[in-house]
Amino acid sequence: MSLLDQPSQTLSESGGITGRQAWGLVGLLAAAVVAWLVFAVWPDWLNAILISKKAFVSAILNGITLAGLYFLVASGFTLIFGLMRNVNLAHGSLYLLGAYIGYEVTNRTGYWLLGVAAGFAVLAIVGVVMQVFVFRRLEGDDLRQTLVSIGISIVAADLMLAVWAGGTYQITTPEWLDGALTLPVITAVRSNGASVFLTYPLYRVVVLAAAIVIGVGLWLMLHKTRVGMMIRAGVDDRAMLQASGVNVHAVFAIVFAVGAGLAGFAGVVGGSALSVAPGEDVRYLLASLVVVIVGGMGSITGAAIGALLIGLAEQIGLVYFPTYGIVLTFVIMVVTLAVRPQGIMGKAR
Amino acid sequence: MSLAIATTSATPQRNWLEKLGAGHIILAVALVLYPLVASDFFLTQIGGYSLIFGMLGLSLMLLAGYGGMVSLAQITVAGIAAYAIAILGNNNSSILGLGWPWWLAVPFAVLAAALASALIGWISVRTEGIYTIMITLAIATATFYFAQQNYAIFNGHSGYTGIRAPVFWSVNWRDARPFYYLCLGLAALSYAAVLYGSRSTFGMTLQAIRDNPRRMRALGYHVTAHKVFAWLLAGVIAGLAGVLLVWFNGRVSPGTIGVDAAIDVLIIAVIGGLRHPIGPFLGAVVVVLMQTFAIDIVGAERFNTLIGMVFLVIVFVSPDGILGLWGRIKPHLAQESLRPGP
Repeated sequence: MSLLDQPSQTLSESGGITGRQAWGLVGLLAAAVVAWLVFAVWPDWLNAILISKKAFVSAILNGITLAGLYFLVASGFTLIFGLMRNVNLAHGSLYLLGAYIGYEVTNRTGYWLLGVAAGFAVLAIVGVVMQVFVFRRLEGDDLRQTLVSIGISIVAADLMLAVWAGGTYQITTPEWLDGALTLPVITAVRSNGASVFLTYPLYRVVVLAAAIVIGVGLWLMLHKTRVGMMIRAGVDDRAMLQASGVNVHAVFAIVFAVGAGLAGFAGVVGGSALSVAPGEDVRYLLASLVVVIVGGMGSITGAAIGALLIGLAEQIGLVYFPTYGIVLTFVIMVVTLAVRPQGIMGKAR
Repeated sequence: MSLAIATTSATPQRNWLEKLGAGHIILAVALVLYPLVASDFFLTQIGGYSLIFGMLGLSLMLLAGYGGMVSLAQITVAGIAAYAIAILGNNNSSILGLGWPWWLAVPFAVLAAALASALIGWISVRTEGIYTIMITLAIATATFYFAQQNYAIFNGHSGYTGIRAPVFWSVNWRDARPFYYLCLGLAALSYAAVLYGSRSTFGMTLQAIRDNPRRMRALGYHVTAHKVFAWLLAGVIAGLAGVLLVWFNGRVSPGTIGVDAAIDVLIIAVIGGLRHPIGPFLGAVVVVLMQTFAIDIVGAERFNTLIGMVFLVIVFVSPDGILGLWGRIKPHLAQESLRPGP
């Protein structure tokens, strides 16, 4: 395959621009259009088409910050899948459990950060327990692992319903995270010439920042550290890694702990931004599934791209065509599968 | 090849009774006579409901057992047929309800379901194994949310009510006994069709594709087309089940095609066993009995914990479900009689 590709690539290189460069140009052009849409003052006809500039920019910002949350959930999912070839369909339950634990701890102690830490730590432990007692026994048996994780999610959802009932909870964020940021984006110009600037909740920006920090951290861990090297080696050839003296079980347990912990962390963070209620587990499981299918299994960069696409599609859909918003997400998934069945950043199998 | 010839010459033309097998005859007689002993509640809530969910499980078994494609979207396919019946026929929700007679609405509903199933199959056959599960789950969930948000076609959150099984041949098919026989007839038809189909050329090809797609592709078979056709057939069975389901409930709403229901179908098929078409029906009886009577034991609240636990135990103990358990116990029972007493 690569041998056949070689000549055509050199040909096109000598001819002018490569496909990659062409896509880069398209991307730059799109970025320029979006930048103009965000920063320029809109003429009336554009306001008429896209409802209002405020609605448009808010949809974009909401999409990006929601993508941060989706990335947190999906990165844990893709991490666990990438190494252990194990679709943990109980991942949504981990998110919801993390959110409930974060709620309880924050409510009892009054410290939000303690709730966040508890959400991560408890779910990391739960993840290790699941790996050691359940998934390790079913190594290499994909279908049974999937079925067992579905069974676990059913039981977990029912038990959580028993403990926390069907109500909706909101995790209270500390004061220093409340309030709004005034962004350097003009939404409208008053008749007296004064500009109206867009304000945006600080908390959502912080969520996005946390997602970026964690994403970069995960990428560095996977690509620059010794543990990351082991993990990537384990993805490609588990038996060889074991033969070279690495305790594969320990590596797997660490990855499962990080992945499940991230789901719990996302639960607390998401539960503070939105709300905690039964049924959220399915919602975030769906989000992780679609993000990972679109982005490519086992790729952190892919999860980021997928999360951005899905988050933006969901929020823009919510503003401009509320009924068919979910269909937009679905169309993105189908188109991706049609063009690249392995996902945008996935490796060809 | 010579082996096949030898066996056919050794057993010359069996008659239809032998072909059918004693087990099937006993089962058929028992099921036909069941209404003589059962109350109306046992006829519809246990009998009819098990048969409907058995058919849904059967459509999954066809895909998973013979084609190696585990789908979580079978309830979605059934839901499309159910919604089609509500939209094309009559309903109480004063929206759509085109008022078609049943003999026109039912074929259209089943056709719509089969085409939808083929479409889902066409999307998901590009992938294998776990990926198929993930994509069909994503499709099922997306359809659920779409049905919930869309008021023009799906009537949003409340769905459609007041859908009734028709009256024809001077039989009121919504009565307990006729409805049970209707379910039994369609279930038996689907069961026989799957059993027959699995031994046909197409069935054999499909099983060969499941076992080694690369070799079949190299031999010149159109692998994707065979898989998509299997989805179409599974869609016909799921569509029939969907028609029965909407007549059974009298209503259809997004809850009917929710993720819980999608997983229920998988649970039924896996608990029963995916190796033989009878498995899903066994699983359906077990799950429906549990759903009905576990409430007396653990209370309505914690019922899902119980069913999840049973599911977990069965997946852990026997990957082939009840059929697998039976297959493991059977040789022991046979040997027991041969052994001398203690």
